[in-house]
Amino acid sequence: MSADTLRAPVADRLSLRLLRGELRFIATRRRNQIALAVLCGVPVVLALVLKLSGAAEHTASAPPMVAMMFGNGMLVVLAAFSVESLIFLPLAVAVLSADAVSGEAAAGTLRYLLTVPIGRTRLLCVKFAANAIAVVAAVAAVALCGAIAGIAAFGAGDLVTLSGSTIPFGDSLGRVALVCLYVMAMMIAFSTVTLFAATCTDHPATAIVGSLLYVLCDQLLVSVPELDWLDPYLLTGYWRDWGDLVREPVQTGNLTIGLVVAGVYAAVFASAAWARFTTRDITC
Amino acid sequence: MSPHETARGPGHDPLAVRTAGLAKQYAGGRFAVRDLDLGVPYGAVYGFLGPNGAGKTTSIRMLLGLIEPTEGHCELLGVEMPRGALRVLPRVGTMVEGPAFHPHLSGRDNLRRLDCADRTADPRTTTRRIADALDRVGLGSAARARFGTYSLGMKQRLAIAAALLRPRDLLILDEPTNGLDPQGTRQVRELIAELAGEGMTILLSTHLLSEVEQICSHVGILYRGSIVAQGKMDELCSTAAARLRVETDDPSAVAAELVRLGLGDVAVDGETVHADIGESEPAKINASLVHQGIGVRGFGVRAPTLEDVFISLTGEGFDVG
Repeated sequence: MSADTLRAPVADRLSLRLLRGELRFIATRRRNQIALAVLCGVPVVLALVLKLSGAAEHTASAPPMVAMMFGNGMLVVLAAFSVESLIFLPLAVAVLSADAVSGEAAAGTLRYLLTVPIGRTRLLCVKFAANAIAVVAAVAAVALCGAIAGIAAFGAGDLVTLSGSTIPFGDSLGRVALVCLYVMAMMIAFSTVTLFAATCTDHPATAIVGSLLYVLCDQLLVSVPELDWLDPYLLTGYWRDWGDLVREPVQTGNLTIGLVVAGVYAAVFASAAWARFTTRDITC
Repeated sequence: MSPHETARGPGHDPLAVRTAGLAKQYAGGRFAVRDLDLGVPYGAVYGFLGPNGAGKTTSIRMLLGLIEPTEGHCELLGVEMPRGALRVLPRVGTMVEGPAFHPHLSGRDNLRRLDCADRTADPRTTTRRIADALDRVGLGSAARARFGTYSLGMKQRLAIAAALLRPRDLLILDEPTNGLDPQGTRQVRELIAELAGEGMTILLSTHLLSEVEQICSHVGILYRGSIVAQGKMDELCSTAAARLRVETDDPSAVAAELVRLGLGDVAVDGETVHADIGESEPAKINASLVHQGIGVRGFGVRAPTLEDVFISLTGEGFDVG
């Protein structure tokens, strides 16, 4: 080894090696691949089930979402998000965060990473960025699978909006793309909550359970009528508001508030995660 | 006691590792480490010796900035820790509390992952440096195997390879031979001696007296969270008394005679009598015993070992758990 050339600090401030490495690490992990397959399997199964059951009952008595579906496959994507956005996607986000921080601590690899050395703030930022990219990729994959399965099953006709009017197929693509962006934003905001949970424990399972309990409690509070005044401040209450994007015209009120609330949650929990991670003793 | 006074080694030698009044108190008030004044000179192979639970790993974690000291200072290669961690740690190879890698990745991919995190490492040489480090510890042929399938000795060697991913000035190895079989232990010790020969300063924690005696030039003895003695091996050993050993059929007579001759710490163990020889001449003691008509079957003087030093300093055997 030529000592002198190696010892000179390269100090590439913008090095993306670690981020690329993290993404490779996430993508090659068997459990993540299975989780992605499950996430993408949901819209395919939905398309199949709806096609088989709906063919016989193509009537006005079918639930609105299902009735809307016939003619435009993009609604399979929306149906998939309405099924996945409360448990499937949050669970996937929680697993990613738990792996990223508690998992490294539990395996002991965190102490080796930190003594490489790598700054704790930088490590946390890279972990967050990698998770955010994984979330974006997962949501996009679900949408893509839904679109393919949906168009195959129901064709590429006009879309009946939730308001009852119809929009052309081209417009429906744009609407669904916006829905994807909204779901991505919500899940990335939630990933800061799960990241904070993961910085609090060295046990990945605890971090996952903690994150899911958060979702459940939040949902419980949303559903209690006596606590209606609290609703505007609860994150999960906004998770399914993307439906407003498939109305005619688009209702932006709730969506805007939802994005602001998500931003506030992300800032608060990211700060908490940072404060915790940069000061804690690494005893694992 | 000002921290800066205690931080200086004897003769104000430049020190590769220095701590002053370092302490770690855990929740509940228990001190894991207290008033730790460590001084590792450049070029030394420093054995950080102590029984299990003495605070070795806690001390090393503080040195590396993994845990925050409750009190005190520490420096690596003249740089204040943990503030200068990003600046100095690239020059320090570490192995803390056993190997820890991702079981589903190969040894090589695990090392690649660590190297990716090092912003000061040259990505163009990663592959070569990883191959070199693996060859160095004899894992070249197992580079593609999953870490989970490695034997304990291989895992331990992979951790050492991680410490050798780039040229280092200082190696901090926590119990590098823990859990290895005799052959693995010997290989690791040979490797350490080789690295020391290349000019690296090595701080090695261990609970094995023999390890320190075999490979270390310096030793610091940690007992209940504090250093009770440190210095060069030969100087430290000369502080303890040499022991006289007499094998006889009549141990009580021998013991009485040794006490009469003024020897200290006379102890009878079956048919063997031990005593501190002090300034006495062994030949005269033997003559005196023979003169008294006491049958002596064996007679010898043993140079003081590290264990004697430890016992004389702490009043306890080394095997306190």
